[in-house]
Amino acid sequence: MTAISNKPPLLSVRDLVVEFPTRRGTLRALDQVSFDIAEGEVLGMVGESGAGKSLTGAAIIGLLEPPGRIAGGEVWLRGERIDNLSVEKMRRIRGRRIGMVFQDPLTSLNPLYTVAEQLIETIRTHIDVSEKEARKRAIALLDRVGIPAAARRIDDYPHHFSGGMRQRVVIALALSAEPELVIADEPTTALDVSGQAQIIDVLKDICAERGASVMLITHDMGVIAETADRVAVLYAGRMAEIGPVRDVVQAAEHPYTAGLMGAIPTLTQTADRLTQIPGSMPRLNAIPQGCAFNPRCPRVFDRCRAERPELIARASGRHVACWLYETETENV
Amino acid sequence: MIAFILRRIVQSVIVMLTVAIVAFALFRFVGDPVASMVGQETTLAERAEIRQALGLNDPFPVQFFNFVTRAVQGDFGVSYRLQQPVMELILSRLPATLELALVSGVLAFFFGVGFGVYTALRRGNWLSGSIMTISLIGVSLPTFLIGVLLIWVFAVELQWLPSFGRGDTVYIGDWWRTGLLTESGRASLILPAITLGLYQMTLIMRLVRAEMLEVLRTDYIKFARARGLSNRAVNFGHALKNTLVPVITITGLQMGSIIAFSIITETVFQWPGVGALFIRSVQFVDVPVMAAYLMLIALVFVVINLIVDLLYYAVDPRLRVDRSSARG
Ligand SMILES: Nc1ncnc2c1ncn2[C@@H]1O[C@H](COP(=O)(O)OP(=O)(O)O)[C@@H](O)[C@H]1O
Ligand code: SF4
Ligand SMILES: [Mg+2]
Repeated sequence: MTAISNKPPLLSVRDLVVEFPTRRGTLRALDQVSFDIAEGEVLGMVGESGAGKSLTGAAIIGLLEPPGRIAGGEVWLRGERIDNLSVEKMRRIRGRRIGMVFQDPLTSLNPLYTVAEQLIETIRTHIDVSEKEARKRAIALLDRVGIPAAARRIDDYPHHFSGGMRQRVVIALALSAEPELVIADEPTTALDVSGQAQIIDVLKDICAERGASVMLITHDMGVIAETADRVAVLYAGRMAEIGPVRDVVQAAEHPYTAGLMGAIPTLTQTADRLTQIPGSMPRLNAIPQGCAFNPRCPRVFDRCRAERPELIARASGRHVACWLYETETENV
Repeated sequence: MIAFILRRIVQSVIVMLTVAIVAFALFRFVGDPVASMVGQETTLAERAEIRQALGLNDPFPVQFFNFVTRAVQGDFGVSYRLQQPVMELILSRLPATLELALVSGVLAFFFGVGFGVYTALRRGNWLSGSIMTISLIGVSLPTFLIGVLLIWVFAVELQWLPSFGRGDTVYIGDWWRTGLLTESGRASLILPAITLGLYQMTLIMRLVRAEMLEVLRTDYIKFARARGLSNRAVNFGHALKNTLVPVITITGLQMGSIIAFSIITETVFQWPGVGALFIRSVQFVDVPVMAAYLMLIALVFVVINLIVDLLYYAVDPRLRVDRSSARG
């Protein structure tokens, strides 16, 4: 999608559908979600709580919790399809090729093992090195993520570290087998504000050093604006808009994205009237027909209530799922 | 750490003193000690003399103090029924009970943990379902019924195992008579051990299962899976260890109950342990033995509690308050 090179993207998600079979029918939590992440790129993923951001990450690394399942679509990692791999093959991808950072550092670490034990175990699961070598790497990694006196602190238990320090440890663990892609699911939400920027910086810098790509899930547009190369906006399990971050922040095309940015660009009125979108995201069992956003959309028209808009490439270099832009594309 | 142990020891002493009051009250007020000790033909004057000699006319606090002092030295008086020092009686029967309890406890722990983990990991398959159903029967059937059923099947019908007694025993050291070193001793132990341990096993199993399911939902397990650790490492290295932290406490406390509940099993299997001795003492209102048994059981509970706390402390690093917690 970035179309900068003709190499296949590092990660390519195509028409991903995730469903939860329940007694009262099947809930479709992700509906034909498509996006790419290029080599070395930081893709921000935003959306309200419940939009499906975490599920997207879980589906990519093959850790959807039953009864949730991938009901359609494909996931490709560097040209290799990974959504239909055997359990064992998928396990070897987790940690080794795709690392994951979760939201809450206070609960992400096993309280009964030292940081050293958890790091060394992870390294040696994926890389054939001696215990001693693994320990050396672990200390270097802790040092790199900014743990002071890493050589000594490595033998401490998680509860000896503060929240921010624990999230650094979590990042070190996620990166310990040198993955090509790191999925960070709201990595700073559980931290106090003062430490958030540092954690994001550490994550971004290390990944940049190693050439690893990042999928950064957050609902903080400020973080996205500063960190991401491109941003993907998810609404009710559907992709609303994807594009280079500067363009999307400055001139959102999808009305929902515009609402998120605190401004609705219409021809007749200026931004100050709506900083919050009225209403709330529909529950999965009550997604309206047509465009999922139509009950809340300030620019809704008849067609929005009848037909669902596809995610289409726009001349502006982004992808948008909104009927407002359909005719234009056809003309391009 | 030292402060912690000291605190626990003080608590233990308080518990023991409380039990001692009950034991003393039992000793002093249930029946008439003098009447139990002497024959029909003893005169009133003689009885008064014995009363005086036993210190039964002293004020209660003095009597209690003397009771505790003697108890600490292992002197619980003489059995009314057998005319033998109580401590001697109990010591001669203690190995039988401890061996039975220990084997039951070990069986209960290992099978309990094994089945608990299995049913948690293989939720929904038929074997897990069967284990869970059978375990329900295990908790709801009374112990004596299980014992009788086992005797009927394995001793009477199949004739594989003896139905009563300890089999042959040999001495280890001066006074410990063990059944573990002879074949008939071990064979005799099987049915009573199963009977006594079954309830605890189901309890441990259900606890392990519930706890394990809980742990498997935690973030650190998800994160461990997300790092690509093998199922074995996640389930047994990470999940099981966390599961066992609370299980250790309960299991330890169950050990106390096992010893206390051995009364029923010992009676069903005519097992020559302290439980059976206690039942006989109750029948004969042999108060010194009853009081000593009470103190013994309390001591077992208190000691086990102490050990459990220390174990807990050893397993869970969060309880260790050390220098490094100040850092960070
Ligand atoms: N086990 C489940 N059963 C049914 N629905 C679920 C389950 N897990 C998640 N969902 C639904 O999937 C949607 C997306 O969840 P999630 O990906 O966690 O959202 P977020 O964008 O906040 O990370 C939510 O609407 C949630 O209700
Ligand atoms: S398709 Fe219609 S309802 Fe949906 S965002 Fe576009 S204008 Fe609004
Ligand atoms: Mg989420």
